[in-house]
Formats: sequence, structure tokens, C-alpha cells
Amino acid sequence: MVEVTLWGSLGALAGGNSKVEIEAKDIRELFRKLAEQYPGLEPWIDKGIAVAIDGTIYRDTWSKKLPEGAEIFLLPRLAGG
Amino acid sequence: MNFDPRFSGRKFTSVGTRPIRPDGVDKVTGRARYGADFNMAGQLVGRVLRSPHAHARIVKIDTSKAEKLAGVKAVITAADLPDLTNGDAAMYDVLDNCMARTKALYDGHAVAAVAAVDARTARQALKLIEVEYELLPHVTDVDEAAKHSAPLINDAIFTEGLEEKPVKPSNVTKRSQFGHGDVHQGFGHADFIVERSFKTEQTHQGYIEPHACVANFSSDGTADLWVCTQGHFVYRQHCAQLLGMEASKLRVTSSEIGGGFGGKTHVWAEPVALALSRKAGRPVKLVMTRDEVFRASGPTSATSIDVKIGARKDGTITAAEATLRYSCGPYAGSWAEIGAMTAFACYKLDNVKTVGYEVLVNRPKTAAYRAPSAPMAAFAVESAVDELAKMIGMDPVDFRIRNAAQEGTRSSYGPVYGPIGIGPTLEAVKSHPHMKAPLGKNQGRGMACGFWFNFGGQTCTDLNIGMDGSVSLAVGTVDVGGSRASLSLVAAEELGIAYEQVKAIVADTSSLGYNDMTDGSRGTFSSSMATISAARNAIKILRERAAQMWDIAVDDVVWEKGHAIAKGEKHGNLGKLSLKEIAVESGKTGGPIAGHSELVADGAGVSFATHICDIEVDPETGATRVLRYTVVQDAGKAVHPTYVEGQYQGGAAQGIGWALNEEYIYGKDGRLQNPGFLDYRIPVCSDLPMIDTQILEIPNPNHPYGVRGVGETSIVPPLAAIANAVSNAAGVRMTHIPMSPPRILAAIEAEREWSK
Repeated sequence: MVEVTLWGSLGALAGGNSKVEIEAKDIRELFRKLAEQYPGLEPWIDKGIAVAIDGTIYRDTWSKKLPEGAEIFLLPRLAGG
Repeated sequence: MNFDPRFSGRKFTSVGTRPIRPDGVDKVTGRARYGADFNMAGQLVGRVLRSPHAHARIVKIDTSKAEKLAGVKAVITAADLPDLTNGDAAMYDVLDNCMARTKALYDGHAVAAVAAVDARTARQALKLIEVEYELLPHVTDVDEAAKHSAPLINDAIFTEGLEEKPVKPSNVTKRSQFGHGDVHQGFGHADFIVERSFKTEQTHQGYIEPHACVANFSSDGTADLWVCTQGHFVYRQHCAQLLGMEASKLRVTSSEIGGGFGGKTHVWAEPVALALSRKAGRPVKLVMTRDEVFRASGPTSATSIDVKIGARKDGTITAAEATLRYSCGPYAGSWAEIGAMTAFACYKLDNVKTVGYEVLVNRPKTAAYRAPSAPMAAFAVESAVDELAKMIGMDPVDFRIRNAAQEGTRSSYGPVYGPIGIGPTLEAVKSHPHMKAPLGKNQGRGMACGFWFNFGGQTCTDLNIGMDGSVSLAVGTVDVGGSRASLSLVAAEELGIAYEQVKAIVADTSSLGYNDMTDGSRGTFSSSMATISAARNAIKILRERAAQMWDIAVDDVVWEKGHAIAKGEKHGNLGKLSLKEIAVESGKTGGPIAGHSELVADGAGVSFATHICDIEVDPETGATRVLRYTVVQDAGKAVHPTYVEGQYQGGAAQGIGWALNEEYIYGKDGRLQNPGFLDYRIPVCSDLPMIDTQILEIPNPNHPYGVRGVGETSIVPPLAAIANAVSNAAGVRMTHIPMSPPRILAAIEAEREWSK
């Protein structure tokens, strides 16, 4: 079980929760279960969400493991110049 | 990913040296081929007809007269680029921006295009296209556009991110919020509070090379595109999607690039050139004029930002809050969201809240510009931080050091930081001789901090070892700042050979797997990771071949300093085999030797910088002169220090232009009044002092060599550093960028008036 923190706008789509608990071993499972439990998040996940694991931002690595007790933070996927 | 990206703390031989770049000679002798330098037999000239109106419904377009003009081979409108985006709203916006469909949404919006045998005929043909417009009310100012009474740009847009879905459409497309703690409570604990509003005007990246491409559509449905871009694989995806092609049927080759800075991450002319070529059956070259680049490519946002920061007498910030409104052009974007994330990222804050509003205006579609959205937010925050330090009576550097984020700090945008460099950059600035240099009359010194995320992304690299032992490195990230040199150094380092033995090229989209764009300061970070991985794969094969040549087990062969070495007592009589000696025999030991790598380079480390600026202000005219400028920035590891310094200097130079002169000026009619370098003034050499740099190296734990991106962060602090310097020199707080002479003079005169 990992605790996932959602950024402000995303929290509103998850029933007003800024933190949710999810049983997930990696980013792929996290996205799948988030979409199942909070359907409002699915379009955002499809558009692209970044996942910060203990402060390091991952954008595309589904297989990235979510260590027990790690800080998991969802962030908007950003543009760069 | 079968590759360990963790920092290994190795000692370097090649990395960190400063050899000449492989593209250098061609560039200084004029041989390098940029976007407009490519030509094909039978090539036509493409030209685009653009709306002169800021907001208008397109009632009718009659192209018949243009089509009949001798020498015209194709005329296209939106009908020739049908909507194939299949519900992808962002791509639909790209399509509509390439060629207006029902409404022209800004001065310069493309409405039709022609391909003709020469430029004169093409221009004549544009004049023969009759467009009937129904003019609509327009709005170009970000604050005006956010009002309920503003003309609506898109009546299908309802503000996202509100607790309740709004009942009326709005130009505000999205609200986003970040932060933690309780700012109300935090301000209650403050002894001093600064609260101010700031504005920044819209600027363009100002790349010297305009957008340029040659499109060649074959009758078999395949096509080639030669183009100046930051991401040819992304251009291929977008063009293929918009033209209804399979991506593999479109081969995109990137030219040398005369500047991009985020502005060449987006297609504008390319789908139009391809559609013209498809219709004409001949190659079409389309080169934007400077006027078109300003009016119809993608500048950055204009902004309006309110900041409130409170601190105790001891200099500890108790709460920080910002509301940021960013213009997006006429299409939805996420620019204020990025500003809201970066605004307070330099600081350790218990109570912080930022709210961003994305605002539609009748201006060109906003595109990324070097650390997009961060410089404006930093301008507002760092100006208020400076003012607060002054109010408390603390040195501005000490005040920032006291409140700087560090490892373990919860960032203002959410996650907790790993090892970061804001503290070290501030300490370096504090002890820098620049801070102690004397100042003269009407001169002021300012400093400011800046933050940028840095990205990684999808990356693919091929490393091929020739039979003469030379190494070809094919990468898919466009070289915008010397990355071919950096990546050659990395290949040389990993293989243990000389830099001169490696030749790096940027491969086309049919020769290499997909690569994300060179954006987010990712070029050297990502492709060096893939190059290290590819080199290690090649070394594995080199060891196998050496084992064959010696007829021993591969496990007994190690790779050291460019040589295979047989380990173990029984192999004591075997000499070393060099890479070249193994390569010479490769035809007999299993064929070509190569290493490939496909990976997602995640874990790009965040980056911080602190800048110092000295400026002189003429109180009679408001004119300014930058006297001295110093950049201190964390690079993780500077692979090629000269090009890292170049990135630092380039970001500072662009920031100086943005801070002091550059500005999109719109008339009441909604038309851009200064679409040229005479009236939109970017800095030239004579405007700038030598920009001093200091590279700090705090290794990124998620890269084998500790590399962080360096390209973008350097543009984040300048607006604020210069504003603080001007404010100190002029004796009045500057809150509006650019600080052009009339604006400075008006502020000085208002202050004099107020003091009477």
C-alpha cells in the first residue's frame, strides 16, 4: 500500500482527497488503480501525469517500482523549452 | 531498462575537457546547412496568407483567381487539412493554428497558402485570394481577457479546476493550485509583509534563424521533410497525424538550428508545406519571414502576478502566496500552472500557496520559451523577497540563505527534494568578488535565484565501430548547444578512446528509434545516458570478440582504458588488444561491432542558479547599461564546460533583453506593431558586458556521471536580478517588465512626485 499525494487540481477529481491510498507495486499499476477508483482522473492520466518518487520525477516509466514507504507525488506533465 | 543510471563517482579522462565541437568549422565557414539552405530540383516556393484581424469569423475564402495565375501550382485552405485529430483537443488546436478553420484568432493567423514557381508569383497569388471576414471584438491584454465582460474567444471553453463546473464560458481555461500548510496562519506570524503586483510583457525567443522547411510528397504516399526543429521525431508524429499518414512513411531530417529555445518544439509551417507539396506534386520550400515569425510562431506568455510574502524579524519566511495569470494565445495551455509550480521552488516554506489562471487572448499561440513560465514567476517572487529583506534590514543574500530549500525540504510544488544546489549557489555568490566590487553614482546591484525542473524522456542512440576503429555515434536529440561534442566526449570516456576517434551525428527519423524533443534541458542529460548504455553494450561485444581472438572465455576479458585485457594467471602472456585491433578483425569474428540503446531517461535532477547584476540608470532618460553580470549555476557535472558556460551566458543574455527592452506591442486594433528586429530590440554584443560564469557540480544521483540539464535555468533569475539592480540604482521598485527607458523614467518621476 502506498500513499499518493495529488496536486491541488487533481485532488478535486478524486472526491476532494489530496491523499489517497493505493495498493500498487509500480507506476503502471498505480495509474490503472487510480483510474479504476477515481474515474475522473482517467482523462488526466491519458493526457500524461508525472510521478515523483522520493523527489525524483518520472514521466514515462511504467515499470518504475514504488518502494514501501516512499513519498509518491503526482504532478502535471510539463513542457520544456 | 537494463541499465543502471545511478551516479558512480568515477574519475574522468575525457569528460570535463574542452575540445573543439565537430560542427564548429562548418558553422564558422558558412558550410553548415540550416533549414533554408536545403534545396531540391523542381522545388516550389510556399507562401502563407495571414489574417490582418485579431479576431474575425471567416465567412468565405475564394481562391479561384489565385489558382488561375500562371505559375501557381497549388492553393490550400483548411479544407485541404481536414480534421483527423480524432478528439485529441491539443492536436486540434495545433491544426487550427496551422490553418484557421472557422475563425481567425489573432493578427497573423494563417488562412490560406500557395505554392508557386517563384516567390514573386506566390506573393501575387496571395493578393488574389479573397477572404471575407466578419470582424469580432478582440482582447489582447491578459488582465482584460480574464474579466467577465471580455470578448469571448472560444465559447466552448469553461474554466477547468474549479470546485463547481461554471455555467458560463470564459477566457480563463484552467485554474491550478499548489502548496502546503496554512498561509493565513503563516501571515499571522509575520512581523513584516510585502504585497505587490507585477506585470511582464510578451516576448519572443528571438532565434536568429526563422522557421524553414522543404517538404516533398511523393505520389506513392510517402514524404520527406527537411526542417529546422528541436524535435524531428515529434514533428514527424504531428505532421503524420495531421496529414493522415503512417509515421514510418514520413522521413524527417533535422537541419542545423539557428536557435530554438522552445520555439521550435511546435509545428506551424510544416504541415502546410506538406499539404502544398501533396497537392502540387512537387517539393515545396516554406521559409517564414521575420514578420511571420513574430506574428505567427509561438512567443511566451504575458503575465500579471500578485505576490505576498511574510517574515519574522529574524528573517524566517512564515508564509508565501502568489496568484499568477498567464496568457496562452487563443488556445488552452498550462503556462500559469508551471509558473505556479516554480514560483517559490527555491525556498523552504511551511506555508505556501500558489494559484495559476490560464487566460486566452487574441495573440499567437504561446509556446515554450527556455524554462517556460519560470522567469516571470521568479521576477515577481524575487523582487518581493528583495524588498522584504530590505524591510527587515537583512542582506538579500543572507535572507535567501536563511530561507533556501535544501535536501529534505518539501518543495512548494509538492515533492521533497533530494540533493540540490540552491544553497551552494547562494554561498558562492556571497563570497564572489562581484558582490564586493564598488558601485558608482546611479549604479545599483541586484541578485536573484531561479529554479527549473529539467526533464529526461524517450531516447535512442546507436554507436557503430568502424573496421578502422573509429566510432560513429548517431543520436536522435537535435544538437542545440554543442551536444554532439558533449556526447562524443561521453562515448570516448566510456570506451576509453580519444575524443577525435568519435564522430557524432543527428540521425533522421527513419534511421533511429523515436526520440523526444530536445527540450526541458534534456539533450545532453538523456542522450549521454543512452550513449553510456550503448557504449557499454558495444564493450560487451568487444570483449566477446577479444575472447574469440585469444580463444579464451569471455569472462576472463575485461575492458580498461580502451583495451581488452585478459585477466588471470594463465593469460599472463597475452598482451592488450586495443579497440582498433579488435575492430580490424571484426569481419572474421562475427561482423560489425555496434552498441545500441533505447531507454527512458528519467530522474533528471532539478537545477538552481543565482545571478548578480550591476546596472547604471540614467535618471534623466531612464536609459540603462548593464555593467557587470555573473551567473552561478549547478550543472551536476559539466561534460563540456565551455558549452555549459555558453548556456549560462546565453540564458543571461536573453534574460537581459527580456528584462530591459523586449516586448510585443499591440495596437488598439489588435495588430502587432513591432514585428521586426528594428522595433523589437534584442541585445547585441555592444549592449552586453562579458557575462562571468561559475559552474558548481553537485552530482545528480540519477545519472552515471552526475549530469543535470543546464540549458534553461540560466534564463530564470535575470528578470529579477536586473529588476532588483534597477530598483536599487533608481531608488524605486520596478514592477513592470520590460524596464524600458520610458517605463523607468515614468517610475522615477512618479517617485519624485510622491516624495514631494
